[in-house]
Amino acid sequence: MARMKFLCDAERCIECNACVTACKNEHEVPWGVNRRRVVTIDDGLPEEKSISVACMHCSDAPCQAVCPVDCFYTTEDGLVLHDKDICIGCGYCFYACPFGAPQYPQEGAFGARGKMDKCTFCAGGPEEDNSQEELDKYGRNRLAEGKLPLCAEMCSTKALLAGDGDIVADLFRSRVVRRGGRPDNWGWDTAYKD
Amino acid sequence: MAAAQAPTKRKKMMLWTGILMLVAIFTLPLTGYLATGSVEAEEASEATNPRADTWRQVRQGSEGYSAVTGRETNELIQGSGENWRQLRNGPMATYGSWLLVGVLLVLSAFYLWRGQVKMTHPRTGETIERWTVNERFLHWTTAVLFVILGITGLSLLYGRLVLIPVLGKEGFGVYADLAKLTHNVLGPAFMVCLLIMVVIWFKHNFLNRIDLEWFKAYGGMIGDKHPSAEKLNAGEKMWFWTLATAGVALCLSGLVLDFPNFGQEREVIQLAHVIHLITALILVAFSFGHIYIGTIGTEGALEGMTGGQVDVAWAEQHHDLWLKQVQEKQHSK
Repeated sequence: MARMKFLCDAERCIECNACVTACKNEHEVPWGVNRRRVVTIDDGLPEEKSISVACMHCSDAPCQAVCPVDCFYTTEDGLVLHDKDICIGCGYCFYACPFGAPQYPQEGAFGARGKMDKCTFCAGGPEEDNSQEELDKYGRNRLAEGKLPLCAEMCSTKALLAGDGDIVADLFRSRVVRRGGRPDNWGWDTAYKD
Repeated sequence: MAAAQAPTKRKKMMLWTGILMLVAIFTLPLTGYLATGSVEAEEASEATNPRADTWRQVRQGSEGYSAVTGRETNELIQGSGENWRQLRNGPMATYGSWLLVGVLLVLSAFYLWRGQVKMTHPRTGETIERWTVNERFLHWTTAVLFVILGITGLSLLYGRLVLIPVLGKEGFGVYADLAKLTHNVLGPAFMVCLLIMVVIWFKHNFLNRIDLEWFKAYGGMIGDKHPSAEKLNAGEKMWFWTLATAGVALCLSGLVLDFPNFGQEREVIQLAHVIHLITALILVAFSFGHIYIGTIGTEGALEGMTGGQVDVAWAEQHHDLWLKQVQEKQHSK
């Protein structure tokens, strides 16, 4: 089976936030929950770089390791998904995650957390594929329909890549080779040379 | 003569050739500096790779900008979560379980060896008041809350290892959901009780020379000595001070975890969680000892906290200085 990966090409991302919007729309995520976000480093400076980030579906996922109720599971595609029927909204995965992926709808007073929500790589959850229940809890299951995550599919500069790790890596490697490896090369020409 | 001189001459030549070769080995590689110069070398080292700079900033957790508003959304990667994971899942969970199981084993072994510490004199039938009704109410409220919080809290730390094999993931999930809610709601109530306790029993808990003597005699637990004690003996004072320090730290760190609505950052939460876990394990371990001594460990000890009255013979044996004080007060009336 393929090992699914996200990769964001920092030389290409133009911080349009379309991936964020597309994700919110596709999965009808509740207010205040953002499965994906774009972070800009050195905003406004010549070295400015933007990177789109969501759950990275780690091989050794910290969220999975610290979950007190063991609600995470890794699929055959290497995706880290979770079962909302088991999740208790304790927040531990949010403490442990390096990417700030776990999100919680506010439930009750004093910011009490509801069940965790995060990027599913558009692969839904443990429910039956494309069932109404799965749609309500986890959003659309595009992988079951033979499609890739929407954020990457509609990325206008193809900065965000998603899919089989080997193919993504080959694609990125070919870009890097064309850009030339000189470390002091930076700026837009590096990404759009030809 | 000439034949004898030839070997020394050859030796000399060999020596000088050797020295020359050594000097050449060390100096020739340095000739590169003649061509480049040291100034240029410094300039080159100051220039860094801008791509590497971006990722270095990211790894150092420096803040950028994100259109998605929320807590720490502008931080791309936070590294401290992995440290927290390693600490919690590793040493804290491991040594914590050793501590709790170890204390239980020691107490069981002690009970088998020593048995109950019996009253040395027969009951007189005359009793004096040890704890007022309000103090008892406070004690038992705190105790019940402590037990509930302890069980629900430990369920979150060890439930995955111990309870999931028994209840299954779904079953444990239902219980853990309830446990989390209970823990979060009762936590602040426990804090209020603990703080009142610390304030009203503060006056009984100053450590002094009597306590040192009490420790030297193992509190009368080992051997037949009956060290003197005031209203609270040194062991009880240690329990008080553990609650007044670790217990208060436990409560304060609990508040950080309980109210995420104040926007505290993850590093603060991780630190609070580590403090909460360590202090909780210390208190639970200490409470095993407290419960043991207060119930099956000592004859007559529980009466003071249930009915409020203790027999004078018991008071004489365990808290002689306090008994004297009470009796003097009664006489002076």
